[in-house]
Amino acid sequence: MSAAMEVVGVATAQRTGKMAKGVAVHIEGVTKVYETRQGDEILALERTDLTIEPSEFVAVVGPSGCGKSTLLGLIAGLIPATSGRILLDGAEVTRPHPQTGVVFQSDLLLQWRTVTENILLPIEIKRRHTADYLPRVEQLLEQVGLQGFDSKYPTELSGGMRQRVAICRALVQQPGLLLMDEPFGALDALTREQMIMDLQAMWLSAGNTVLFITHGIEEAIFLADRVIVMSPRPGRVDLSLKIDIERPRRWKDHIDPRFVDYVAQVRKIFEAKGVLTER
Amino acid sequence: MATRQSKARPRILRSVLENGASTALAAVLLIAWQVAVPLLGISEFVLPTPWAIIARIWNDFALLMQHAYVTGLEVVFGFGIAVLVGVPTGLTIFYSRLFEKAVYPLLVALQTIPKVVLAPLLVLYLGYDWAPKIFLAFLISFFPIVISTVVGLQTLEKAMVDLLRSMGATEMQTFFKLRLPTALPSIFGGFKVAISLAVIGAVIGEYVAAQRGLGYLQLQASSQFDTTLSFAAVVVISAMGVLMFSAVSFVESKVVFQREEAK
Ligand SMILES: Nc1ncnc2c1ncn2[C@@H]1O[C@H](COP(=O)(O)OP(=O)(O)OP(=O)(O)O)[C@@H](O)[C@H]1O
Ligand SMILES: [Mg+2]
Repeated sequence: MSAAMEVVGVATAQRTGKMAKGVAVHIEGVTKVYETRQGDEILALERTDLTIEPSEFVAVVGPSGCGKSTLLGLIAGLIPATSGRILLDGAEVTRPHPQTGVVFQSDLLLQWRTVTENILLPIEIKRRHTADYLPRVEQLLEQVGLQGFDSKYPTELSGGMRQRVAICRALVQQPGLLLMDEPFGALDALTREQMIMDLQAMWLSAGNTVLFITHGIEEAIFLADRVIVMSPRPGRVDLSLKIDIERPRRWKDHIDPRFVDYVAQVRKIFEAKGVLTER
Repeated sequence: MATRQSKARPRILRSVLENGASTALAAVLLIAWQVAVPLLGISEFVLPTPWAIIARIWNDFALLMQHAYVTGLEVVFGFGIAVLVGVPTGLTIFYSRLFEKAVYPLLVALQTIPKVVLAPLLVLYLGYDWAPKIFLAFLISFFPIVISTVVGLQTLEKAMVDLLRSMGATEMQTFFKLRLPTALPSIFGGFKVAISLAVIGAVIGEYVAAQRGLGYLQLQASSQFDTTLSFAAVVVISAMGVLMFSAVSFVESKVVFQREEAK
């Protein structure tokens, strides 16, 4: 297991070359119990271990309610763990790490700010000079095909455009760790396909660590170095599947025999767990 | 661009039509009033004609403005204090669990008391001068400001707060960059209700005991069967209400992000 990870680490370092600045994530025996208002306890995540190499792209798939968002919130430093610990580059997470950028399921753009002002929000929060980042904003907008939209307001954009802006906002400070919680869940199929390709391109040039949460098995396999399959109640990691398809991946890789086989492996787990049943 | 223009034209046309319609209706009603009074032989002590009221405002303009100045100051001070006390009270209710549990239900309950019935008591406690009028204007405009502040702050999605936290924002930054801008439309809604109520509060205060102000002037006029002056005072009070409301709306348009504009 650790030998395999070594290989992944080396491979990612080679691929990203000089920009191997991804954050390493170590999750050690993390359990999360929620207390509801009625005083009940909900075991959302049970003794979970997970290691993500620097600059690795890890996708997490699992049915609704299996604790994916909880896992992300824990790593982001938004939710305290009940037990166990999470290390980012060896330092325990107690509050949001300055090297993380988060993309949520909805875009969460501020209506009263223009596209540029929205993207610069993390820079303002960190009290840096926003003017220094204007070229970076331009570059990001170009990467996601939104050049010329800098002074538009969110209400003037489509849902897909808004989510692109949200991704730019997470990437503006070049985070070593990018956390994405079903970022394409609310998008139509065509937009989603484009965003998947754009995300791969951005990650290949940026070389940061990515944790990508999704419901889509194909989406996970297409994007990730490794797919983590989770099962519900209590949430835990069922399978860690390394995806050996060379980069950059193309859309036609969906019909590659290896790809088809990976999909079958993930589906088999869901069928065994009763998440998917054929009637 | 093209869509914007083609949309703008019918909109302007429609607004002209709508405004024109309401102006025309008002004109018709005023003319009917003007004609009906002599036609039905109604005495000017009972109901003066609109023209007589306008003429009276013209002739006694200095007198009316002298009293309007007093009432206006009472409204501005009462409302101003309500803003200065109400917004921080709303913030405290939002941020403090204890305050929310202890004070908020009480405030909501108190809000249902008609404040104007306190006017005679306020005169008793605060005297005949400015104090009871300003206090009544304050009291009556305080509640809508507190409640709209609390409601405005509560409308924020938790995910939005998480977003700012994930960026490492302090609570101070979250407040100024997120909470306040989100709450402002609601807060200004409260201000607009409050400013109209403040005018009522000041005038009622003057009804009870005063030597100056439009409420006092109106009461004096009525007791001398000078109905025309009484009506003139009503017109000036109404105009003052509209003016104050417009002033708040103007500040709002400068401070609050206009959703419509962005559409
Ligand atoms: N704040 C909370 N309080 C109580 N229970 C919670 C809270 N947040 C999540 N849960 C519970 O924890 C479990 C896992 O929730 P989580 O949001 O992590 O699931 P998920 O995998 O992200 O689901 P989805 O795919 O629908 O987003 C669920 O059973 C949920 O009801
Ligand atoms: Mg979720």
